[in-house]
Amino acid sequence: MLRRVVPDVPLVVTALALSAYGVAMVYSAGQTDVPTSALHAWASQLRWLVLGVIAAWGITRGSVRFYEWVTLPAYILSIFLLAALLVIGTGAGTAAGVKSWIAIGGVRLGQPSELAKIAMAMMLARVLAERREPPRSLLDLWKPAAVVAVPWVLIMMQPDLGTGIVFIGIFFAMLFWSGVPLPLLLLLASPAVSLILAFNTNVWGAWFLVLLALVLWYKPFMLEGVALMTANVVMGVVAPILWDRLAPYQRHRLLVFLDPSIDPRNSGWHVIQSQVAIGSGGWLGKGFLEGTQKRLAFLPEQHTDFIFAVLGEELGFLGVTLALALFLFLLFRSVRIAERASDSFGSLLAFGLASSWMVHIMVNVGMTLNLMPITGIPLPFFSYGGSFMLACWLAIGLLARIALEGRGAKVGDLAI
Amino acid sequence: MSFHPNDLARRARVASWGLVVLFVLLLSAFFRTQILENSRYALQSEENRLREVPLPAPRGIIYGRNNHVIAENVPGYSVLLLSPSADSLRASLNRIATIVPLSSDQIEMAVRRYERAPARPTVLLSDAPFDVVSVLEERRIEFPGLIIQTAPKRFYPDGAAVGSFVGYVGEITDAELASPRYHGYKAGQQVGKGGLEREYEDTLRGREGVRFVEVDARGRVVREAGARQDLLPQAGAPLYTNIDMDLQRFVAGIFADSLQGGAIALDPKTGGVLALYSAPSYDPNQFIGGIPTALWKQLTDDPRHPLYNKVIQGRYPPGSTWKLATAAMALQDGLVTMDEHMPVPCTGGFQFGSRYFRCWDHKGHGSISLAGAIEQSCDVYFYQLGLKLGLANLVAGGLKFGMRERSGIDLPDESRPLFPYADADGYFDRKYGKRGWSQAVVLNLSIGQGENAQTVANMGRFYTALAEGGEAATPEIARRAPRHNRIFTLTDQQMDGLRTALAGVVEAGTARSAQIQGVVLAGKTGTAQNSQDPTRDHAWFVGFAPADNPRIVVAVMLEFGLHGPRAAHIASKIVEAYLHTTTTQFLKAEE
Repeated sequence: MLRRVVPDVPLVVTALALSAYGVAMVYSAGQTDVPTSALHAWASQLRWLVLGVIAAWGITRGSVRFYEWVTLPAYILSIFLLAALLVIGTGAGTAAGVKSWIAIGGVRLGQPSELAKIAMAMMLARVLAERREPPRSLLDLWKPAAVVAVPWVLIMMQPDLGTGIVFIGIFFAMLFWSGVPLPLLLLLASPAVSLILAFNTNVWGAWFLVLLALVLWYKPFMLEGVALMTANVVMGVVAPILWDRLAPYQRHRLLVFLDPSIDPRNSGWHVIQSQVAIGSGGWLGKGFLEGTQKRLAFLPEQHTDFIFAVLGEELGFLGVTLALALFLFLLFRSVRIAERASDSFGSLLAFGLASSWMVHIMVNVGMTLNLMPITGIPLPFFSYGGSFMLACWLAIGLLARIALEGRGAKVGDLAI
Repeated sequence: MSFHPNDLARRARVASWGLVVLFVLLLSAFFRTQILENSRYALQSEENRLREVPLPAPRGIIYGRNNHVIAENVPGYSVLLLSPSADSLRASLNRIATIVPLSSDQIEMAVRRYERAPARPTVLLSDAPFDVVSVLEERRIEFPGLIIQTAPKRFYPDGAAVGSFVGYVGEITDAELASPRYHGYKAGQQVGKGGLEREYEDTLRGREGVRFVEVDARGRVVREAGARQDLLPQAGAPLYTNIDMDLQRFVAGIFADSLQGGAIALDPKTGGVLALYSAPSYDPNQFIGGIPTALWKQLTDDPRHPLYNKVIQGRYPPGSTWKLATAAMALQDGLVTMDEHMPVPCTGGFQFGSRYFRCWDHKGHGSISLAGAIEQSCDVYFYQLGLKLGLANLVAGGLKFGMRERSGIDLPDESRPLFPYADADGYFDRKYGKRGWSQAVVLNLSIGQGENAQTVANMGRFYTALAEGGEAATPEIARRAPRHNRIFTLTDQQMDGLRTALAGVVEAGTARSAQIQGVVLAGKTGTAQNSQDPTRDHAWFVGFAPADNPRIVVAVMLEFGLHGPRAAHIASKIVEAYLHTTTTQFLKAEE
């Protein structure tokens, strides 16, 4: 009976557990000695959660075929919204300079880029699913690359580096799932690696030799090989130029990431205080609502980007382990759904949605421990934010639907 | 895409393992931070939120005899400020200055205090008046780092009457912080300055407590109590002294405003200081919570030097009070008896070589005995007695009597008396050149002039030996085991003779004005030449009473007192006040 109403019980239960955990943490984040705007955030978050769950249930009522059919309009719509944002978008809170919000009459409705992630994953799934064979050369990748490039460029123009990273993560993950060989993915990623390694000539030289070996072993087309090596050389050359052209705050952020103590009271403050919060949690934490770093405003963005630090401080290593275990299970379950999907579009979409979460989790959680630079990517089901909560539950809905139509689903599950 | 289930299963395996690896890596990073490095971060988190506010310990109470309170603590308020930076502190202070009176000096002082110890709350006012506190309390919300707490404030009920020995307390200075004596002290703490407060600092200070207040990221005080268990301050131990407050008050009262000098009253048996007063005095209460600049200037500019202790710091030629030292030496060496006359009778002066040395009484005393010479304070007699002793013996005797040593009273900054050292010839050679002096120095030394300047306290100590048969008692303000030191040995007969002669000074001699009804006061006047103003001599009187069983030794010195009898008059009043008001009950000395 439960199955009739709730397709893929483990997935939904895990998502509900994570959401409940998340709302509790948002509530705690609002309980501070210093008055904060986050005081009532949990109520809003709860409303969005209810809305998200209802929307997800609605999503499960449509067929995967239908979603494949709406992919193109949804993608075009999201592109349109992203473009429109550059003109009418507004900033919010700490990211006031970033035009990522759409607002009508001063009321912020949401961040279209969250929904654009799903639309892009759908579009990418459609494009990759069309092919009988997985892309074997770089040239074969132009179409999927274009699908990602258009929204990516628009997002980078906001500029929203974090979402841009997520897009690239989804892109590579879905290429992998479509069967693109790992060496080819590596070659594809090589110019970006060059860009980073170019700051140390020796390291970059070593990387270049590795790359050369990879090219000789993988034997792409001559032209591709040459283009790839050229791209790497160009990246290596432009890296310092690019560095110079970065906005000072971006440069500062990267430097602070490498060593937060160079600016402990300003740029380094976030990550230092986040580490202190988490580190002082110990095994069991300081107790729910009792985090002093949070309570006394040492921890910034405690209900959004750094919500995981609140969790680490108040619930300790045990709470962290529980949260990560839930996330891991959610991702396992999603991969399983992708594996058992009845068609390639559903399979790719499921994997794309899972990879989106994966990137969010790694970047956001990694950021709280300074393993990742601070990019302002929210943590799924935890970070306060309506659009994102909604987007996460839409993805749950899509995954549940894909599971419903996939192998292993009981006959009759579809009868509703 | 290749959508064969086998391919998908393989990729799913790769993806799942990838996930496991990434999550294990992430979790191990948390393990390192939360478990392995927990103590470091826990400490940092506590340092973030807690500020230590020192809770000053109440200083030990200082008692006199009969549990009279000399120094106590009354509730006061201190105003402190927590600031993240010197700039922010300055900004807050400037804003506070708009609602309560705050001089730019006080602001600068607070900023300096902050720079010395940024982690401690900066003391803004260590003794804030109640109206200032209430104004600040009312508008506290505007000053997030403000801490107002009650702090014990030192109070001396008798004020100026005890200013000469009690000292005062004040904020520790940079120089004191740097010295090993104040090891463990922190900037902003109160320490004893001068007097008993400084001498017995270790006893009186107690142990500072700590209150933990919780602050937010901007340094605003969020929780004043209960953030962590406070460490309560430990009050300092009380100090019991020999001071007889009734007598002390009397002594302070007897020195009229025009008088300038010092007096010490000792218990000859124990050396216990019954009273010690230097006139003019100052009220140490005015120094609590910081000495106002104007007051300091007034006190340092005062020509009568109220801050200069005339009992233990001022050095004055002892004049005729010294003649007892010369007499005691000669008697001890058997050079003279009480009845012995000198070869040259006093005709108002004495010819020595080419120089004529005058007696104070130009009319002359004729041929008199030692007893008579003491009674009449005949200089000519003592010139000859000094010559009989000789320079070496005179100096050696003086040294034996402790005339080049501090009295040993338990007060800081006591001056060492001026007196030649054992190699007397060498001393004078160095002072005047090899041929620059003659045996004439002996004449001066024998009557307490010349290279001899004593503190009032040290003369008092010397007279305890005259009262107690040669046992000098070290003056002690704190009640503890007496310290005795035999400085001369005379026969009972000689002692009696000296005592009788000293009684005769008051009975019939130079101090007739000092007679007390029913009590035999024994003592010696002295007039010391004043190096600064030869027309205005210092007046001395040192003595004890009752003569046959001394219970009090008094040394009085009046700067520019002109003549000894004036000092004798004051001394007699002190003795009278003591003997007529105190019972014969003696307090036991305490360790």
